[in-house]
Amino acid sequence: MSRALRRNGWVLGLVVLFLALLAFTKAIQPGFGASGLESLARAALPFAFATAAMAVVVIAGGIDLSVASMMAVASVTAAVLMQGHGAGAPTLPIVLAVLGLGVAMGALNGLLVVLTRVPDIVVTLAMMYVWEGAALLILNAPGGAADPALRAIVLGPVTLPFVPAAWTAWLPKAVVVLAVAVAVVWVPLKRSRLGLSIYAIGSDATAAFRSGVAIGPVKVAAYAVAGLFAAMGGLSVTMGTGIGEPIPGPYLLAAVAAVVLGGVALTGGQGGLLGPIVAVFILRLVRLDLTLMSVDPNVTAIVEGTIMAVVVMAGGLIALRGRRA
Amino acid sequence: MTDAASSAPARAAGFLRRYPVVTLLILLAVLTAGLQVTSLIMYGKPIVNQLWFGNRLNYAIALAMLAACQTITMFTGGIDLSAAVVATIVAFVTATLTPSLGAGPAILVAMLPALAVGLLNGFGIGVCRVHPLIMTLGSGLIATGFLLVYQRTVIATGTEVPAALVWLGTGRTLGLPNVLVVFLPFAAFLIWAQGRWGFGRLLYAVGANENAARLSGVRIWQVHMALYLVAALIAGLTGLVYVGQIRQASLSLALPLLLPAVAATVIGGTSIFGGRGSYAGTIVGAMILAVLVSLLTLLQIPEGARRILFGAVILAVTAVYVRLSDQG
Repeated sequence: MSRALRRNGWVLGLVVLFLALLAFTKAIQPGFGASGLESLARAALPFAFATAAMAVVVIAGGIDLSVASMMAVASVTAAVLMQGHGAGAPTLPIVLAVLGLGVAMGALNGLLVVLTRVPDIVVTLAMMYVWEGAALLILNAPGGAADPALRAIVLGPVTLPFVPAAWTAWLPKAVVVLAVAVAVVWVPLKRSRLGLSIYAIGSDATAAFRSGVAIGPVKVAAYAVAGLFAAMGGLSVTMGTGIGEPIPGPYLLAAVAAVVLGGVALTGGQGGLLGPIVAVFILRLVRLDLTLMSVDPNVTAIVEGTIMAVVVMAGGLIALRGRRA
Repeated sequence: MTDAASSAPARAAGFLRRYPVVTLLILLAVLTAGLQVTSLIMYGKPIVNQLWFGNRLNYAIALAMLAACQTITMFTGGIDLSAAVVATIVAFVTATLTPSLGAGPAILVAMLPALAVGLLNGFGIGVCRVHPLIMTLGSGLIATGFLLVYQRTVIATGTEVPAALVWLGTGRTLGLPNVLVVFLPFAAFLIWAQGRWGFGRLLYAVGANENAARLSGVRIWQVHMALYLVAALIAGLTGLVYVGQIRQASLSLALPLLLPAVAATVIGGTSIFGGRGSYAGTIVGAMILAVLVSLLTLLQIPEGARRILFGAVILAVTAVYVRLSDQG
């Protein structure tokens, strides 16, 4: 019990913080309810996928600066493919194709990191340009379309047959989509040999190599999973707005912040996906609260940045104290 | 010595490994020649002339100055992603305060935000041991917020770029850009300081092996504090130079320079892991990027393809450099 508590203490603290923030939101805005929760979840969806993508790569000891650009490529590809179709659009094949594209983009990132032996941060910085450019070539300005049936997947609360609507009204579909998508990819992965290898190369690449882990392929796999999450993020952008966005949104910085706040050490090998995703919701909720308190949006940016800086600085001091003790 | 090591390609590789700046200069010459040939084929007239040279030199100097922040921080294994925001803030504050305060006091006041960001970065990285990438991303975000709030308070007053900065940024003497008056001493000092001055050598020491440096009696946090302060002040100086070139302050003035500056540093052979590199390489790296931008403009490459090419070139050059310098 205490071991589980210690292990998940950080995530537990984040959940408590999130609930406290929810209570605070309810206090300053008594009308905040199911619909507020629903729009919060929908706005947080692309951020959550970007964070999941970043977290996988960081756990493997890398960093992927091209996450937001890959999301842009996925978003415009989906929007262009779905454009011009009526109700009978081949939506499922398109979604699968976009997810496949994400895996391919991520795998290419990983392959380049492994083959060129250039530091991750430099390779993904260069690939950030490449994917950004590719998105602009596919679609020069925001446009395209999204299948309304696809958009409905993330819109509104969950409705179950034989269950009163009031019971499920507080549970947004976006949260369920996020939970299912992340769980389907991450839970089997984490329990597999590959997942263990991802943690191993992030923790100590030399030790992992000497224990028989093939570093190159594992790294490529980690980047490919990140590409898959980025494609989901891009799809969620298109699902949310109904169009494709070729200019990458502010997801990169937010993803790094959420990963750090979520307890994933940037040195690799530690943490999971749950913490960072809870952190995404905390950061979004802070933004919502500031807006509700009618704070100037620019001041909101200052507060957000300060929170992020203080969190990482405090995290650094705690880690320092832990090392000395 | 084996046969393989004494063969001609291996000897060439060894030479290039010892003198990376020579490799970069060869690349620069090849790119410039390619640009000239492309221009002759496409338009029947050469592009490389004195005007082009001065223009590109101006751009390369602004880039190289911003890249100086990246270079000196990379010596210790860091990076300064807040540099472009700091440059923009200093330029913007200078331009908005000049009508009321006059050029001199405006510049002095404008350097205060640079000082603040430098201290914040130094504190976060040196004392709290935050990863420089994260710390400077965060401080850049905070500084951007302050810039936007500040902009709303000064929306009524006009902006004016001090005449001295315009002279520095756009003027020419004997066909050479005036900005060399600032840049030549700046570059000479950095190149001297990185190898000869105690502080410069400390940066390499911290980057190569921080524990060894600490055990040798170096107070690491003081080094980081001073380093990020200096980097922020250099970024501020870059903002002053660049606003003189553009002659118009805006909220995103120097932001497009940030990633090319990082690229120039990396292409110039400075290791992002620390302990290795030189500012001379960075300067040549900035010139290579300036020629590359010119080539892409000439070919009328659409924006999307241009970014792809830009990214691919950065990656390819870095990969070749890593191969050359790590071989054997």
